[in-house]
Amino acid sequence: MLESIIYSSAELLAGIKYLFTGGWPNLVMLVVGFGLLFLAIQKEIEPLLLLPIGFGCVLVNLPLSEVMEQGGVLKFLYDIGIITEIFPLLIFVGIGAMTDFGPLLENPKILLFGAAGQFGIFLTLLLALALGFSRLDAVCVGIIGACDGPTAIYVTSQYAPHLLGAVSVAAYSYMSLVPIIQPPIMRVLTTQKERTVKMGFLKESVSKRTKIMFPLMVTVVTGIIAPKGLPLMGMIMLGNLMKESGVVTRLTGASENEIANTVTLFLGLAIGGTMEGHKFLQLQTLAVFGLGFLAICLDTVCGVLLGKVWYVLSGGKVNPLLGAAGISAYPMSARVVQAQGQRYDKKNFLLMHAMGANTGGQIGSVMAAAIMLSILKGMGLI
Amino acid sequence: MDTLAFGLTLTVIGMGGTFVTLGIIIALTNLLKRIFPIPSDLKK
Repeated sequence: MLESIIYSSAELLAGIKYLFTGGWPNLVMLVVGFGLLFLAIQKEIEPLLLLPIGFGCVLVNLPLSEVMEQGGVLKFLYDIGIITEIFPLLIFVGIGAMTDFGPLLENPKILLFGAAGQFGIFLTLLLALALGFSRLDAVCVGIIGACDGPTAIYVTSQYAPHLLGAVSVAAYSYMSLVPIIQPPIMRVLTTQKERTVKMGFLKESVSKRTKIMFPLMVTVVTGIIAPKGLPLMGMIMLGNLMKESGVVTRLTGASENEIANTVTLFLGLAIGGTMEGHKFLQLQTLAVFGLGFLAICLDTVCGVLLGKVWYVLSGGKVNPLLGAAGISAYPMSARVVQAQGQRYDKKNFLLMHAMGANTGGQIGSVMAAAIMLSILKGMGLI
Repeated sequence: MDTLAFGLTLTVIGMGGTFVTLGIIIALTNLLKRIFPIPSDLKK
């Protein structure tokens, strides 16, 4: 009797023993998990994602946890939503339903900023290759530069699942840090004269039919050019078509609320589940975070530089700050551009133009990822 | 193909392809705006 009590008690303490013997990586990751929860709750940094990610991270790192073992709850979510790529795609339907391409359609040329804002992806890819990352790993690190969480998750879950936790947390963390990362770069690269360029107000020149045809046209064009990215672009444009058509308000509402919220919860938990200490705490993870930061800086640099070229070519009519909005962090980077413009001239209203560039960044990031996947397929790597 | 050639190929074709595709979308968007202009009564 006494013997069985002792053995049973020892089993209860096995977790603590594990934590202080071979389980130090889990201990560190528990601190990281609680750190993510702190950022989400106290600082309100991307709480919708960082809270479930942080909690998933805590769950998987508690000693002898079985949540990511076969049959475990997080493993189940991972298998049904991330391995199958369904979660990021469903989130894209919601993003499409929430996005207003109106400002972009008023001035379609501004879509070019959405291309320049993707340079960071490719420059970071080159750096990752130089640092010794394998080819597919380097692609997934570079994709952080898309500044687009679902795209990063979609690509990484397929081609470098061991980097999923690091890439996802880096992508969402840096997206939320856009208001801190971008302004210094914008100020360094532009002159006072350039920052105060006024671009006037956008006039209403887009019909409802154009708004309905736009997502269809983008789906067809991008699907023909880069079919590997069709699920991504198709889902975002489906959401937008539902919104603009106005005939399925219940589906639109469900996509941008119930479905997006539920999937965000499951996605966050499943990503947190990939952050098990022994797998996550590696030098490679630190490199992913460093390169991800660089990717977003390079996106901003290249976007603003294109803005400067455009400023010269247009005879000083285009404000180069708009280039910073060519990334996919919507609507954060558009707000940053507006704030920076008003910092130097209170009467300078760049928001609508910046929103156009920002939605262009959404299309550009998905397009860059789609083209990259198609090239990799052409090379026989995927 | 060595690693450098791989990276440069992906960069050149990737960025080039992104710019060209977005250029096509810009052209087609302008076309859509011409085909489906705002009805004149709404303009007023």
